[in-house]
Amino acid sequence: MSFDDWLLALHVLSAFAYVGGIVLFWVLVVAVRKTDTPGGTIRMEPIVKVGNVAVGIGAVGTILLGIWLAFALDGYAIWDGWIIAAIVLWAIGGGIGQRTGAAYMQGMTKAKELEAAGQSGSNSELLALNRTSTGLLMQSLASIVLLLILLDMIFKPGA
Amino acid sequence: MSILAAVRPDSWNFPLFLHVLGAMILVGGLLTGVSTLAFARGDARFLRLGYWSLLAVSLPGWILMRAGGEWIGSREGWTKEGVPTPTWLDIGFLLADLGGLILLISLIVGGIGVYRLRQGKGAGLLKGTLVLSLILLAAYVVAVWAMAGKPN
Repeated sequence: MSFDDWLLALHVLSAFAYVGGIVLFWVLVVAVRKTDTPGGTIRMEPIVKVGNVAVGIGAVGTILLGIWLAFALDGYAIWDGWIIAAIVLWAIGGGIGQRTGAAYMQGMTKAKELEAAGQSGSNSELLALNRTSTGLLMQSLASIVLLLILLDMIFKPGA
Repeated sequence: MSILAAVRPDSWNFPLFLHVLGAMILVGGLLTGVSTLAFARGDARFLRLGYWSLLAVSLPGWILMRAGGEWIGSREGWTKEGVPTPTWLDIGFLLADLGGLILLISLIVGGIGVYRLRQGKGAGLLKGTLVLSLILLAAYVVAVWAMAGKPN
C-alpha cells in the first residue's frame, strides 16, 4: 500500500467513525425520549462521550485527510465542484451537530441539578427536555447532511 | 486507485452507495451496542438497549452491506467463476461472511441473555454478546481498511 492508499483508508475509517457516532446518537435520542429520571439520564453520559469521541475523530479525520488527498491524488483538485460541496456540507454538518449536542445537554444538565438536589424520581420537566424537538430536528438535519456527503463522495457529481 | 475511482462507471455508484451505507450502519450499531453493554453495569434497561442496538441497527446494516457488496461485486465482474479476486476483496468477503455468522451467534446468545434477564437470572450471556460484538467491531475496522486501502 502506498502512503496515499493509507491516507485514503484512514479517511474512509474516519467517515465510518463519524457516521458510527451519529448512529449511536440516534439510538440515544430514541432511548432518552422514554427517560424521565435523573439517574436514567445521567447513566447515558459515558455512552454520549463515546459518541462524541467518534464524531470528533471522524469529523477531524475526514476533513484533514480529505483535503490532503485532494491535493495528493492525480485526477482530483481541491476546487472540483464535488469536493467544494463536500467541504461546505462538512462545515454545515459540524454546525448543526453542535446545536444538536447543545439541545440534548439541557436534559443532562437538568438531570444533574435534580440529582444534586436529592431528587431521584420521575420529573416531567426533565422528560420534556429529553424529548427536545429542536434536538430531534437538528439530529435529523445532521444525518441528512452526512447522507448528502456520502452521496457526493460516491457519485462525485461533475468529476 | 485514484484513476480507477475517477473512471468508475456510473452504474456502479448506487450499489456501492448501498454497500457503504449498510457498512456504516453496521459499524454504528456495533459501536452503540458495545458502548451500551460495556457501560450498562448490570442495569437491565441499558443491557436491553445494547442488545436492541445490535438487533435493530447492526443486523439491517449487515444485510444492506452484504447485499450491496454482492451487487457491486457482480457489477465489477468479481463474482464470475474463474475470475481471480484481489486480496482486499477476499478479506472483505471473509470478514463480511464470518462477521455475519458471529453477529448472528451474538444475537442468539444476547436474545437468550435478555430473556434470562427478564426472569432475573443475571446478565452473563450479554457479556458474551459484548465480547463478540467487540471482536466484530475490530474485524470490521480491518475490513473497512482493506476495502478502502486495497492492499495487494
